[in-house]
Amino acid sequence: MATYSTNEFRGGLKLLLDGDPCTIIENEFVKPGKGQAFNRVRIRNLKTGRVLEKTFRSGETVEAADVVDRDLQYLYNDGEFWHFMDNGSFEQYQADANAVGDAVKWIKDQDLCMVTLWNGSPIAVEAPNFVVLEITETDPGLKGDTSGGGGKPATLETGAVVRVPLFIQTGEKIKVDTRTGAYVSRVKDE
Amino acid sequence: MSAGSRTNNNLSNAEWRPGADLQVQRARAAMLAEIRQHFAAAGVLEVETPLACSTAGTDPALQPLIARYRGPVFPKGANLYLQTSPEFAMKRLLAAGSGPIYQICKAFRNGEAGRLHNPEFSILEWYRPGYDDHQLMEEVAQLVRLALGEPAMPVERRSYAELFRSGLGLDVFDTSAQRLQQLAMRHNILGAEGMELDRDGWLDLLLSYFIQPRLGEDGLCFVTDYPASQAALARLSADGRTAARFELFHRGVELANGFHELIDPDEQAARFEADNCQRRARRLPPIRVDRRLLGAMQHGIPDCAGAAVGLDRLLMLRLGIDDIDGALSFSLQRC
Repeated sequence: MATYSTNEFRGGLKLLLDGDPCTIIENEFVKPGKGQAFNRVRIRNLKTGRVLEKTFRSGETVEAADVVDRDLQYLYNDGEFWHFMDNGSFEQYQADANAVGDAVKWIKDQDLCMVTLWNGSPIAVEAPNFVVLEITETDPGLKGDTSGGGGKPATLETGAVVRVPLFIQTGEKIKVDTRTGAYVSRVKDE
Repeated sequence: MSAGSRTNNNLSNAEWRPGADLQVQRARAAMLAEIRQHFAAAGVLEVETPLACSTAGTDPALQPLIARYRGPVFPKGANLYLQTSPEFAMKRLLAAGSGPIYQICKAFRNGEAGRLHNPEFSILEWYRPGYDDHQLMEEVAQLVRLALGEPAMPVERRSYAELFRSGLGLDVFDTSAQRLQQLAMRHNILGAEGMELDRDGWLDLLLSYFIQPRLGEDGLCFVTDYPASQAALARLSADGRTAARFELFHRGVELANGFHELIDPDEQAARFEADNCQRRARRLPPIRVDRRLLGAMQHGIPDCAGAAVGLDRLLMLRLGIDDIDGALSFSLQRC
């Protein structure tokens, strides 16, 4: 069983706390001049996404979590699981809805996603920062409008709905920032 | 082609720059000059004592850095302890008749690094024969306000026991470790449930969470009359419940520590022994008792009060610097 001492604490370190894999967001060393030293740590639970603060006595050791981030290619969804593949080893992984989370709104097959594996199983999926998706439905815009000032909702091939400028039409492809869900630009087919 | 441009990329990109910029360096120099002026005007003698000594303080909360010497005097080699504070050597000067003295030097504490800690830091330490802790607090306040550039900053004094009573409704003299742990858990300190601490450890935890952040919010706050179990090197009150020890806080940052000094050699020897007992219990190496300090006490140290101020933190507060790295030329990550 691998462990970390509080002296090894730093942002990004993966710990096993109460059975759940967690990552350190921030670690603060707290010590009175003549007294006990503590590490006050902000931690994100990688399964629930919840952020909490936990205090350790300095010098304590904590169990490490076997968590790695991998770039995996999204293959398909079988109705229950989302399947991913490591393009180097061709090893495949299946992620449940919990792990895929919000990424479901953005990913389509062939996309390269960052997948967090805990003990070899996906627990979180991050969509690429930018994706190009086709618009399946949006109201016809007003003629001549090119500013995109007001905007309108558009449904994408993945089912996500984003606000697009009025000149964007059904069937066009657009680039979206998945971190904010914002329209970036129109993409012309080659 | 210059030699510099031929060095490999990693080297030329190495983190060589200081954490403190030139403006900070100048402010430090000005602050040190002000402090020296204060003591020169007050007739307090500037002294130097060794930073590397053959023994060290025994305080279980402080771990010395150890250097290895080998040569004349110690042909087989000896450990030299980088001092956690210059206290013992300065007390020997007092016993030798120095009168009031001060020192600006480096102090070293193993294992301490963070936003407010660097294992090597600058300390101002001074001793005033004939003063008690309350008289010395006057001078600490005067000096710190001078160094912060705010001579009119308000100052308050609050006893350790009163802070816990008003802040957390607890009696620091009469609450067991178990009750303190329950209190920490009830106040949602995650991690408290599995922690093993003694009474003082729990008090440290509660203080750091619920009391310290608000100390000296818009001024200086002295915390006085620490419990006897946290006396360190201060003398005890007549009833033995509290120690003549104070700490100074400004905006939640611990800036200074002071004592009406313990000068009784027997009591000092007993505290050394108790410290080393605690060190063994915590699986820390015991530290050889400083016989020379005890010798000085037997000869007689004048009744005095002494204080130590963390100069890097003082500079941080003077300039509004958030991380000690920005107040030091080269902190641990850069040196």
